[in-house]
Amino acid sequence: MSSGVLARFFGGDVWYGFRRSPLAMASAAVALICVVCAVFANWVAPHNPTDLATLELADALMPPAWLPEGKAKYLFGTDAQGRDILSALMYGTRISLAVGIASVLVSMLVGVTLGLVAGFIGGRTDAFIMRVCDVMLSFPAILVALLVDGMGRALFPQAHDTLAFAVLIVAISLTGWVQYARTVRGSTLVERNKEYVQAARVIGVTPLRIMRRHVLPNALGPVTVLATIQVASAIIIEATLSFLGVGMPVTSPSLGTLIRVGNDFLLSGEWWITVFPGAVLVMVALSVNLLGDWLRDAMNPRLR
Amino acid sequence: MSTLVEVRDLAKGFDVSAPWLNRVIERRPRQWVHAVDGVSFSIERGKTLALVGESGCGKSTVARLLVGLYDPSAGEVLFDGQNIARTLASPQALALRRRMQMIFQDPYASLNPRWTVRNIVGEPLTEHGLVRNDAELKDRVVELLRSVGLVAADMEKFAHQFSGGQRQRVSIARALATQPEFLVCDEPTSALDVSVQAQVLNIMKDLQRSRGLTYLFISHNLAVVRHVSDHVGVMYLGRVVELADKASLFATPRHPYTRMLLDAIPDIAMSGRARTPVQGEVPNPLSPPTGCSFHPRCPHANERCRQERPALVEIRGVRVACHAVEEGRL
Amino acid sequence: MTAPLLEVKNLRVEFPSRHGTLLALDDISFTIAPGEILGVVGESGAGKSLTGAAIIGLLDPPGRVAGGEIRFEGRRIDNLPYEEMRKLRGRHIGAIFQDPLTSLNPLYTVGRQLTETIRTHLPLNATQARERAIGLLQETGISAAAERIDQYPHQFSGGMRQRVVIALALAANPKLIVADEPTTALDVSVQAQIISLLKRLCREHGAAVMLVTHDMGVIAETCDRVAVMYAGRLAEIGPVQAVIHQPAHPYTAGLMGAIPAMDEDRERLLQIDGAMPRLTAIPPGCAFNPRCPRVMDRCRSERPELLDAGATRAACWLHDVSLAP
Repeated sequence: MSSGVLARFFGGDVWYGFRRSPLAMASAAVALICVVCAVFANWVAPHNPTDLATLELADALMPPAWLPEGKAKYLFGTDAQGRDILSALMYGTRISLAVGIASVLVSMLVGVTLGLVAGFIGGRTDAFIMRVCDVMLSFPAILVALLVDGMGRALFPQAHDTLAFAVLIVAISLTGWVQYARTVRGSTLVERNKEYVQAARVIGVTPLRIMRRHVLPNALGPVTVLATIQVASAIIIEATLSFLGVGMPVTSPSLGTLIRVGNDFLLSGEWWITVFPGAVLVMVALSVNLLGDWLRDAMNPRLR
Repeated sequence: MSTLVEVRDLAKGFDVSAPWLNRVIERRPRQWVHAVDGVSFSIERGKTLALVGESGCGKSTVARLLVGLYDPSAGEVLFDGQNIARTLASPQALALRRRMQMIFQDPYASLNPRWTVRNIVGEPLTEHGLVRNDAELKDRVVELLRSVGLVAADMEKFAHQFSGGQRQRVSIARALATQPEFLVCDEPTSALDVSVQAQVLNIMKDLQRSRGLTYLFISHNLAVVRHVSDHVGVMYLGRVVELADKASLFATPRHPYTRMLLDAIPDIAMSGRARTPVQGEVPNPLSPPTGCSFHPRCPHANERCRQERPALVEIRGVRVACHAVEEGRL
Repeated sequence: MTAPLLEVKNLRVEFPSRHGTLLALDDISFTIAPGEILGVVGESGAGKSLTGAAIIGLLDPPGRVAGGEIRFEGRRIDNLPYEEMRKLRGRHIGAIFQDPLTSLNPLYTVGRQLTETIRTHLPLNATQARERAIGLLQETGISAAAERIDQYPHQFSGGMRQRVVIALALAANPKLIVADEPTTALDVSVQAQIISLLKRLCREHGAAVMLVTHDMGVIAETCDRVAVMYAGRLAEIGPVQAVIHQPAHPYTAGLMGAIPAMDEDRERLLQIDGAMPRLTAIPPGCAFNPRCPRVMDRCRSERPELLDAGATRAACWLHDVSLAP
């Protein structure tokens, strides 16, 4: 079964278009490098920035290797505590990506389920869920995240640092699910009226099974594209929150935290502490966005 | 000669009102479309009843009412003596569903694009517990595919790999899986080319003969109807205006609308027959005419036609709903 | 013998795609005389709509004319630049499409669309154009034309909209109208009205019509001559009576036999087994040979040209008189 699916994918139009689009291939390559570095940071990174024992305070605030005072050991320089920026970038990317992907997965789960239920059952359930969506959309994502974070701090004052990851995911998915719900609801409404669904009803299949086996697989098309683009946006929201100080703590910094930490040193000339995390953030978000854009165009039958 | 399906005063209305908020703000009343407005007929076992009419006449809605996709607003549908609305709400629903199935118009939307043909045709078998294991499922599916002129290798293919005519055959195979007695066919060949249509109609006729199937055949094409049916019902704006056996309907149509329909068919034989010119178009179902809904287009309408809705009465062996025919004016 | 209004010679239309170049129209040739109604009939995928599109110059890219020529009043039009073709379209060649819903712009009144077309192609001022528009609407049987001219398309029913589309096509007095399935989306009773309207108006205005449809009945009612297409090629062409009652090509015969008749009862419809080949899999020789009940060895290797077959011309080796004993 799976070999059949893979065979169909690599023989299909989407893969063919991918091979012919330099932009898609470039952004996929960049995204892939970032993901590999992030996942295998323990082995790929030259140093371990989280292990306080390996830090040498004497090497603090060293500029990047190609500048006069730089050492080859620290390619992108070090921060105020002697942490290697390059390694911190890899670990930070890992956290950023983890938060991004995890929050998208949670949003997808909640959003797709609610969208499916709303579209399939219709009536008051549909109206209720859609009104909740409308209300959620009128809150800016950052403010909701700040609120959740504030509540998290109030509820778990001591454990905040360790729970930061979970709190961040909740914060971001609280507004993120709405897009999925609306998109899937639209697709469900379309598929529900198609004749193969009516045929299943005439056969006597239960509504739950129809939703799960007939409607869901066909309504998921636009969701893949949405998910890719939302990963980029989730990463940026997380970075913003961390920059504002309400995201990942310095003990396990994400890219946003690194930018914040480096911000203080910007004016005194140690630019590398902020600029490199910033550049990597932009690169990751951009490559994921481009990939998502290309995927959306590739899957749009009218543009083919 | 027993009656398998009987329909009594069947009616179905759809609420097409604006959303509640709009109605309150703009002070608009609720609006209903009476898609089916009091329809009665019966179908004998092993025979084909065709329902024919133009857009908005309600024939597709009748089809869906008969298989329980919609619940009637009024009236009842009896299948082998049992009221289907009641049975479908009871634990015996699945047993009833096994005996009646449906074939749809659009060959491209009636098969799940992500399922293989084996799953599509096998779904009714697994749903009704008619097979015990995978091997038995496979055998049954192959048997069904062969009966509609497809081959066993087609089992692993997806819907988009087939042409329109082949997809309709898959739909027929799926409908036959539970060995039903009654098939509702909603314009099964309207979306197909002429030569493909001929293939599918031939298959359907062969299957009817070999399995003793009863068909309700919906169509807008009178020539096709003439080819497949035993009895014909002509519908207009939700009502049956004429109900007769095929020979009588085509030889001596009585209702003015039936005559108009038969006149309007393009004449391939080019016999140069005389025709009465056709007038007007089907009115908006949201605001149907009073009395007899055909009166604005009828050359024989009188005052009674404008006020009083004609009942479907039996006149010389056929049933017609027309004052002019009843009064002997026609 | 008058010069033909439209002359299509050896037309080839190609679609480059990832599977290679697909030949959608393969060596099509026919003529239309002034004032004549030619029907182009065929099943889905036969290429009849493409032929119409190629003539109006509305081929969807990447499709393109890859060979042959199209001449209108003696002048080549298949290689005209966009601006020239645009002027030709509308003024000398009118078009009617299948879906009356999408043929009219829903945001503009009917009158505005009509006067816009009229003034683009004819030197009339606003008042004169409006008068002409009202006259056209009346000709197409729309009652109260003077009031309805200011209504929007959604206020007309399907049949009425198609009448407006016909009025639009006739607005600039074209010599040729290409009508692509003009009645397929309409009810049977409305279909009859529109067919007779089209026929009458074209005779009155002296316009020739190329009527593309899959419905043989419509062809029988309206056309003088008919061309039968199969897999991008011309199978048979001739006067409509002859093609329908004495078809010379086995495909045409099969097609006529498959249509259920209104005047006789048959147990089974004549069935042509198989299906029209896809563009990527057209067999060598005659495209119909795998399905033909009268196939000969020659048909599998040599592609037939249009040969004289009594009253019609058919692309079939059965009519090769050079082999007659």
